Amino acid sequence: MSSRYIVRRVLLFLLVIWVGTSLIFFLPRLAPDRDPVAQRLGNLAATGGINTEGLDEMVEAYRAKFGLDQPLWKQYLNYMFDMLRFDFNYSIAMYPATVFEIVMRAVPWTVGLLLVSTLLAFAIGSLVGALLGWPRTPRVMHWVATPFLMMSSVPYYILGLVMMYVFAFKFKWLPLGGGSQYGTVPTLTWQYVWDVVHHAILPAASMVVAGVGFWALSMRGMMVTTLGEDYVMLAEARGLSPRRIFFRYAMRNAILPQTTGLALSAGTILSGSLLVEVIFRYPGMGSVLYRAITGFDYFMIYGVVFFVILAVGAATLLLDLIYPLLDPRIRYSRK
Amino acid sequence: MSRSWGYVRRNPLLLVGVAMFILLLLFWLIGPQVIDVTRARPISAMADQRPSAEMPLGSDSVGRELLPNLLVGSLYTFEIGLTAGLIGLVVGTILGFIAGYFGGVIDSFISTAADVALTIPALAVLVVIASVIKEVLNVRNLALIVAALSWMRPARTIRSQVLSMRERSYVEIARLSGMNDWQIIVQELLPNLLPYLAATLVGAVAGALLAAIGLEAMGLGPQTEPTLGMTIFWCNYYGALLRGMWWWWAPPIVAILYVFAALFAISSGLDELANPRLRRAR
Amino acid sequence: MSAPVLQVRNLCVHYETDAGPVKAAENVTFDLARSERMGLVGESGSGKSTTVLALLRMVTPPGRIRGGQVLLDGADLMALSPEQMRRMRGSAISLIPQAAMNSLNPVMRVRDHFYDTILAHDRTMSRAQLAAHTGELVEAVGLRPNVLRMYPHELSGGMKQRVCIAMGICLRPKVIIADEPTSALDVVVQRQVMETLGRIQRQLEASIILVGHDMGLMAQFVDKIGIMYAGRLVELGPVTEVFGLPLHPYTRLLINTLPSLDAKAVFKGIPGQTPSLLNAPAGCAFHERCPDAVGDCWKAQHVLTEVLPGRWVACPCHAGAAA
Repeated sequence: MSSRYIVRRVLLFLLVIWVGTSLIFFLPRLAPDRDPVAQRLGNLAATGGINTEGLDEMVEAYRAKFGLDQPLWKQYLNYMFDMLRFDFNYSIAMYPATVFEIVMRAVPWTVGLLLVSTLLAFAIGSLVGALLGWPRTPRVMHWVATPFLMMSSVPYYILGLVMMYVFAFKFKWLPLGGGSQYGTVPTLTWQYVWDVVHHAILPAASMVVAGVGFWALSMRGMMVTTLGEDYVMLAEARGLSPRRIFFRYAMRNAILPQTTGLALSAGTILSGSLLVEVIFRYPGMGSVLYRAITGFDYFMIYGVVFFVILAVGAATLLLDLIYPLLDPRIRYSRK
Repeated sequence: MSRSWGYVRRNPLLLVGVAMFILLLLFWLIGPQVIDVTRARPISAMADQRPSAEMPLGSDSVGRELLPNLLVGSLYTFEIGLTAGLIGLVVGTILGFIAGYFGGVIDSFISTAADVALTIPALAVLVVIASVIKEVLNVRNLALIVAALSWMRPARTIRSQVLSMRERSYVEIARLSGMNDWQIIVQELLPNLLPYLAATLVGAVAGALLAAIGLEAMGLGPQTEPTLGMTIFWCNYYGALLRGMWWWWAPPIVAILYVFAALFAISSGLDELANPRLRRAR
Repeated sequence: MSAPVLQVRNLCVHYETDAGPVKAAENVTFDLARSERMGLVGESGSGKSTTVLALLRMVTPPGRIRGGQVLLDGADLMALSPEQMRRMRGSAISLIPQAAMNSLNPVMRVRDHFYDTILAHDRTMSRAQLAAHTGELVEAVGLRPNVLRMYPHELSGGMKQRVCIAMGICLRPKVIIADEPTSALDVVVQRQVMETLGRIQRQLEASIILVGHDMGLMAQFVDKIGIMYAGRLVELGPVTEVFGLPLHPYTRLLINTLPSLDAKAVFKGIPGQTPSLLNAPAGCAFHERCPDAVGDCWKAQHVLTEVLPGRWVACPCHAGAAA
């Protein structure tokens, strides 16, 4: 594999993390006269809000860390240093839990839900899209696929709401929300695993249904382009079976830009899944973020957002590193 | 003329999308004449009322009448999407043009910036900005915030189109005949890019709507304006679904589905226009 | 002469467009004898590529084969089921594509292209037999065996074209169709590739149809030549005789465009434009550009007729003159 490619990708990853983290530091500061954290903490101290316990300590930590009397560059350096150590301070709303602890508890839920539904949507969508671009596919397939294609641009959580109403509220086949039965302790029993799967079906389904359409749509375009390639025509002239041409020649090549598309969409997909979690009160990062926003828990917002940036960057890097395994032109690039 | 009509006839999707939009426009134009839009404000109606003859879509828990709510909300939402999408398109097109046409260092800089900005999840950055200025968030501010992260895809699309066009013979001829760069861009490239620009605009509007509604559904939208996303947020906040208040949550969802379906129809229609090869696939 | 290996009878291919059918190939008729080399020439858009695609039954919509017969050893290819036709492609009648084409799957090694082709027709071959056979083929076209492990992007244009030739002969087809196999290659490589193709063809005793527009190349390579104009075969005959005494005015003009070494003549094009195949003019398609057109030419379509033994032409003025 060409080492230049790897180096470039890793540098891009670091650049993404750095730019993203810096953006969320600087952009809010462009708003005039706004130090919401200090305001929030001040308000809490003044009104003796819901949770005054440890408030002084937090104000203290905040001052020390963000030291607003310090010059901007020093604030920035402190901030970057903390972020890279995953030190996001305490949760304002859930003191004495730190942001890191709470985020870590949420991560497995999000990753599990996201990974399964994205891979399912990608696999099914790509196959369906390939079939839609293939001239021999029966017409029925187009009719069946059209509603899915129409839903490709609809936000996941909108679909989620509809599904929740139909399957959980109206017919009561599936739970209305949450990650598991309320009050159950995580154990490695079939009962618990089933409970988790049971709760994940609706949120996952809403992401898969919308995702299938999205991937099918782009795969159809790629497939049509690939079918116009000379090597597909020659494969037919060589007498290969349609099945072989479909998988080894057309789909195999069309999947390459599709994989790039997956890397490019990582951010959108994760954002979508966070909102699905909010709708289903799923115990992942989305719900944590939602509670942080509604509770003015700024440290928490920063913590979750940093993790989101990190996760998307890492997913993109991973896909970029997998890509050369699929495309020999990059694997054996001419010097 | 007859040829383009023949084309439209074979591409009914584009027609359907445009028709859906005209219907929406009529709703926005005629709606305020027959519906009292001031009733979209809280405590202008009895709270939690089912749809009835006086209130066709009932009311919500804070006493907004929901039909005016839908009218005002859908208009605001579309305003946000269109503003942000247009700004994104203009900025993205300019950057894409510069990158694709001049190449070199400028190109690598713009391309890398676009790649980096695309990889950073927009929603995450938007959440931070919006949460800081939540109290002063109005329709215009939200549109501007979303626009700040809507330029990357247009920039990429236009760049690759310009790259491929730059090599074509008519550009070479224009250059040989003594046109300067800007004349070539304005007179030769821009007209050929129009179908792509149209398709990109639709994509940018859809993307901006997606981001704006997403932010709003998290509560990060205009706190006092009943945009579609904010309505969904309030539904979630007041548990409208669990309380069986379908008349509250269903209209914004139907409206969102409607707008996205119309955008989808138009963009696939335009796609076929821009990529004739897709036409043969059907 | 033995029975022809390939007989094409009244082959018609139309492209359906909104404005009506485009007759890309109309009543194309010719015979190809065993181990004969036939050239098919014409300007781009004259229907020569469409004709050979139709021989493989690979015309794609909106194009359609509207009629005619293609008899390979007496069996009509047009009557075969799609699966039977697939078995013919590559094994009985094979295609060597244009060199400029991106003919190899970029994600597959060269070796796997050979295996794919062979296994599509013969599943009984063992791995070892496949490897041995493929090795011989690559050697036969003058490539080193290590290309088999390479990916297409690692090969030069000439190497790729040799791979395509090797692949076109790997199942010993009776008919090889070579569609401008050397266009876009530089002259030296062009020569080498044509020599390879010729040698292989002799060894296999296969018949070959060489499609192109390079009259010079044709003169050197083929035994028989067919000239196409606006979807029709206008002249057909032994190459030396056609060059010596062209019967159709179009052929004559085509030969005159050949630059000769001694006369530093400016390359002369043929005046006028290729007619649109849509709304083709009534009568002979060439009459608008024909220096010898007579009163009847814009009325009636001339039929390809044998005016001398082995010499076919679709033009009445010279039919009379030659006889």
